[in-house]
Amino acid sequence: MQNNFLGGLKEHENKLLTIWSQLLIESGSDDGAVEEEESKEFASLFLSALTNLNGKFQDSPEFEKVEDLIIGISSSRGKRGFSPRENAQYLTTFKQAASQILSELITDPEQLFQANLQLNAILDNMTIMTFEAFMRGREDVISRQVDEISEISTPVITVWEGIVALPIIGTLDSSRTQIVMENLLQQIVDTGSSIAILDISGVPAVDSLVAQHLIKTVSATRLMGAECIISGIRPEIAQTVVHLGIDLTGIITKASLASALKTAFDMLQLTVVKRKQV
Amino acid sequence: MERIPILKMGDFLLVTIQVDLYDQLAENLESDLINTISKHSSKGVLIDISAVSIIDSFMGRILGNIAVMSKIMDAQTVVVGMQPAVAITLVELGLSLNGVISALNVEKGMDLLRSKMHVSDNEEQDYDDDNE
Amino acid sequence: MTTITNSKEEALIVREQDVVPLRNRVKDYGVKIGMSILNQTKLITATSELVRNLLKYGGGGKVIIESVSNGRDNGVRVTFIDNGPGIADISLAMRDGYSTGKSLGLGLPGTKRLVNEFEIKSELGNGTTVTITKWKNG
Repeated sequence: MQNNFLGGLKEHENKLLTIWSQLLIESGSDDGAVEEEESKEFASLFLSALTNLNGKFQDSPEFEKVEDLIIGISSSRGKRGFSPRENAQYLTTFKQAASQILSELITDPEQLFQANLQLNAILDNMTIMTFEAFMRGREDVISRQVDEISEISTPVITVWEGIVALPIIGTLDSSRTQIVMENLLQQIVDTGSSIAILDISGVPAVDSLVAQHLIKTVSATRLMGAECIISGIRPEIAQTVVHLGIDLTGIITKASLASALKTAFDMLQLTVVKRKQV
Repeated sequence: MERIPILKMGDFLLVTIQVDLYDQLAENLESDLINTISKHSSKGVLIDISAVSIIDSFMGRILGNIAVMSKIMDAQTVVVGMQPAVAITLVELGLSLNGVISALNVEKGMDLLRSKMHVSDNEEQDYDDDNE
Repeated sequence: MTTITNSKEEALIVREQDVVPLRNRVKDYGVKIGMSILNQTKLITATSELVRNLLKYGGGGKVIIESVSNGRDNGVRVTFIDNGPGIADISLAMRDGYSTGKSLGLGLPGTKRLVNEFEIKSELGNGTTVTITKWKNG
C-alpha cells in the first residue's frame, strides 16, 4: 500500500518541525513562524491527514481542513506584509523537511521516489493555493486603499452659505463619478446649498465619457433643485470638447473657480461691495 | 379608499407623498389636485417627495402629468426634497421629468413659486401700462 | 467564475398590487448583503420597471429573486418570466427611444444601465424572460 510511505511521517512530527524551522532560518525568512500555534496546527493536521490518506487527496475531507487552514495562514501573512518569496518558502521548506525525513525512513529507492512524487503532488497543489490566497489578501489591502484614496480626493467644501465647491483631482472614471455624485448630492442636502461648483482643473483629460459623467452630475443636481456650475475649463479641454462634438449646451461653464463663484453670487443675488474708506 | 391629503397653504397647495403610489391612488391624486386647484384658484403646487425612495417611469409620468395639468389650470408645480440616490438613478435611467421644476425643500420651493408669481404679475402690469 | 445561488424565492405577479411587495422583497435581499443605498435604489427601480412591463405587456407572470455570489462579490439576481406575446425585435427594443406602449420610450435601455448584468430572451408568441443582476459593489 503506497499510502504507508507518507503516513509514517506523523511519528516524526517534532523532528519535522525542528528541521522546518531551521530551513526557514537558513532561507532568511524565519520570523518565529514555526513556533506559532497555527504552524504547529498545520503540521499536525497535515501529517494526520497523510496517515488516513486513502486514494486521492483532493477528495479527502481532512485535506480540505488542512487547505482551509493554510489558506487562512497565507492570507493573513499576505496582509501582514510578507513578501511573495517568504510566502512560498513557508511551504517549500516544509516540503524539504518532510522529504528529508522520508529519505531517512525509506530505504528502497523506488519506494522513496514514489513517496516523494506523492508528497510533491500534494504540497505543490497546496503551494499554488497559498499563492492565490496570498494574492487575494494583498488585493483586499489594495482595494481598501483605493476606496480611501477615492474618499480623500473628492472633498466637498462649503465656500459660502448655500454654495458648495468640489475640486476634482485626477481621472474621472465611471466608478469615481458615482462617488463624486453621491458625495456632492448628499452635501447639497446636508448643507441646504442651492449651488454646486464642480472644478475640473485637476482632471487631466476630458473625453466624451468624462463629459458624459459631468453632464450626468449636472442633471442629477438640477433634478434635486440645485444648480451646478463647471469651472476650471482649460483651453485644451474647450478645444477637445468642440472637436469631439460634445454638446455642453445648458451646462454652465466657467474658466476659473473665481468666476464660477461670482456667477454663483449673482444667482443668489449677492453683491460683494468694498467697504468705504473713512 | 386611500387618498393622499392635500394641504392648502395660502395661494399654494402642498402634497406630501409618503406611500408607494399605485394606479388607483395616482389617478385619485391627479383628480383631487385638479379639483382643489380649481376650487381655490391656487397658483402653485408643491409636491414633497422627500419620503419617496423609488421613482420609476410610472411615478415619473404621474409627476409629469400633474405638472402639465396644473399648468393648464394656471398653477406652477414644484417638486421638492428629491433624495440623492433617486436623482442619480433617474439620470441613469434617462428620465428627464420634463415640465417639472425642482427645489431642495418646501421653503425654497415656496420662494421659487412666489418669485414666479411676481414675474407673471409684473408681466401683467407691463401689459396694462402699455395699453393705457 | 461561475455564479452560485445562495438562496432563492419565487413570486407570482398577477396584478398591480403585487408590485410593491415584490420591490420590498428585492430590497430585503439587497439589504441582507450590505448593498449601498444607491445600488439598492438602482436595483429596485430596475425591478419596478421590469415588473410593470411584465404586467402591462406580458399579462402577468412570475419573478424569481436570488442571492448570488461569483467568488469575488455578492449580489442579487432577479428574473422576470412571462408567457405573453413576446418582443418581435429585441435589438429595436433595446435602442434608446423605442417604445410600443404609452411609456416615455425609455424602458429597457435605461433599465439596463441601472444593473451590472442584463439578459433578455424573447420569442414572438412564446413569452419573455429578463434576468438582471446587481452586484453589491457593482
